[in-house]
Amino acid sequence: MQIHITPALKAEAKALSFYYGGAVQALNAISLGLADRHATALIGPSGCGKTTFLRCLNRMHDLYPGNRYAGSVVLYPEGVNIVDHTIDPIEIRMRVGMVFQKPNPFPTSIYENVAYGLRIRGSMARYEMDAVVEQSLKDAALWPEVKDRLRELAYNLSGGQQQRLCIARALATGPEMLLFDEPTSALDPTATARIEELVTELKQRVTIVIVTHNMQQAARVSDYTAFMYEGALVECDRTEKIFTNPSNKLTEEYVTGRFG
Amino acid sequence: MSTDRERIRQRVIQRRRRDRLFAFAGLAVMVVASLVLLSLIGQLVYEGMGRVSWQFLTSYPSRFASQAGILSAWIGTILVMLLTALTAIPLGLGAAIYLEEYAPKNWMTDLIEINITNLAGVPSIVYGLMALGLLVYEFHLGQSFLTAGLTLAMLILPMVIIATREALRAVPPQIREAAFALGATKWQTVRDHVVPYSMGGILTGMILALSRAVGETAPLITVGALSFIAFLPHPPLTVEFPFLSTQWLFDAFTVMPIQMFNWVSRPQEEFHTNAAAAGVILLVMTLAMNGLAITVRARYRRRIHW
Repeated sequence: MQIHITPALKAEAKALSFYYGGAVQALNAISLGLADRHATALIGPSGCGKTTFLRCLNRMHDLYPGNRYAGSVVLYPEGVNIVDHTIDPIEIRMRVGMVFQKPNPFPTSIYENVAYGLRIRGSMARYEMDAVVEQSLKDAALWPEVKDRLRELAYNLSGGQQQRLCIARALATGPEMLLFDEPTSALDPTATARIEELVTELKQRVTIVIVTHNMQQAARVSDYTAFMYEGALVECDRTEKIFTNPSNKLTEEYVTGRFG
Repeated sequence: MSTDRERIRQRVIQRRRRDRLFAFAGLAVMVVASLVLLSLIGQLVYEGMGRVSWQFLTSYPSRFASQAGILSAWIGTILVMLLTALTAIPLGLGAAIYLEEYAPKNWMTDLIEINITNLAGVPSIVYGLMALGLLVYEFHLGQSFLTAGLTLAMLILPMVIIATREALRAVPPQIREAAFALGATKWQTVRDHVVPYSMGGILTGMILALSRAVGETAPLITVGALSFIAFLPHPPLTVEFPFLSTQWLFDAFTVMPIQMFNWVSRPQEEFHTNAAAAGVILLVMTLAMNGLAITVRARYRRRIHW
């Protein structure tokens, strides 16, 4: 199978397989390039392995016992294999941020939520931290709504605002790649539109990988779309090609809504 | 058609009747239970309240019931509780955090878990015997405050561990994942998020465990509590450097329930009144601790709701 990606790659999965609990195979030899400073959408029916693949990219699977990777995911520019067990997953997570399906702010203030990533990295001057927090909230298009209430509990924000706060929290540490795991599935259409806008802006400077159930969303925000089915990659191409003229019959059936 | 509807209505009426019957039975059980409890407390207060006075709180035990007091007993209770808390809380917290967050899940941790649950159900007198053998005879700590505090700490340690684990488990995994995804280590995640967010449950568990320890009598009799102490322990704070003294740890001790037990077992009626009065004070102490637990829980609940 051919992958038509012309820009430089930020990361590249090479024959990546993944096993839950050491036995259940969830990914089967995935080879997929992720274009630098572009958005790649992962689509496919429930249980096809999209989220599993996404969580390989920041080694989230290492949190639970028995999980096992095979193959490699090379992170550029230095070409390190991020699923190699000799690489500390914490090092990877410092470089690859993640936004979850359900907004999961910490039950602390808005400010502390954004500052936490900076705090765990070590001490930082107060004014410097203030500046990064402000910039991150601006980048997440949340600043005007929260600038007068930074000390308030994050839980007082609406669902959509909480999700943008989580994006600001991930942005604060300057990640090279940002993973979105169905970031709008718990949000209303207005909040969804704002997140999509935000993703479109962010992809100018961060590599974005977004898992979505919503095909219109994939079409709106991504440059490349990968279609997965039963733990395998079926097809990856430019988004307009996937949605207008896919090479694979299965992809066509899925994007036209005939199954899944 | 109408007979059908009639039949359905009959059924509904019947089911409703059973519903009410159960509600009434439940109410009756609750009323009986609280009446028994209230009458016990009421009797205690009725008997003892007249004896509760400043003199009673500030006097040592005496051969004469009217001159006797609970000074050494309530100070003893507070000091023993302090020692119990200082030992059981750090140990329990550490063990719970390790078991919940760090320990691998295998047969070894399963075994430890089952044992901790069982230990919480071991009769307190057994702890007393163990403490007598280990702390008094083996470690030669004497029949002292230190022995008493450590004995009660052993007794409540399983409860503290279980309550803390329960509280830690209530923190949703999404919060842990949020911290890990930012590059936090396990320790940073536990210290900055998991423990602070479960503090309400942890504190509640600890206070409830301590309020159980306050009333314990059997294990302390076993390790040699005295019931007639007409002096106070050495003061823990001193005027000279280093301002803290550990001498009190090795002094002979008594606590409230021991004093009560002693008075109850005397033939004279007046001493029984003294016991009731001490009971009132002990009850107030326990209720205050429970009240504190409820306040703490309510305070943290208001702040954090998942």
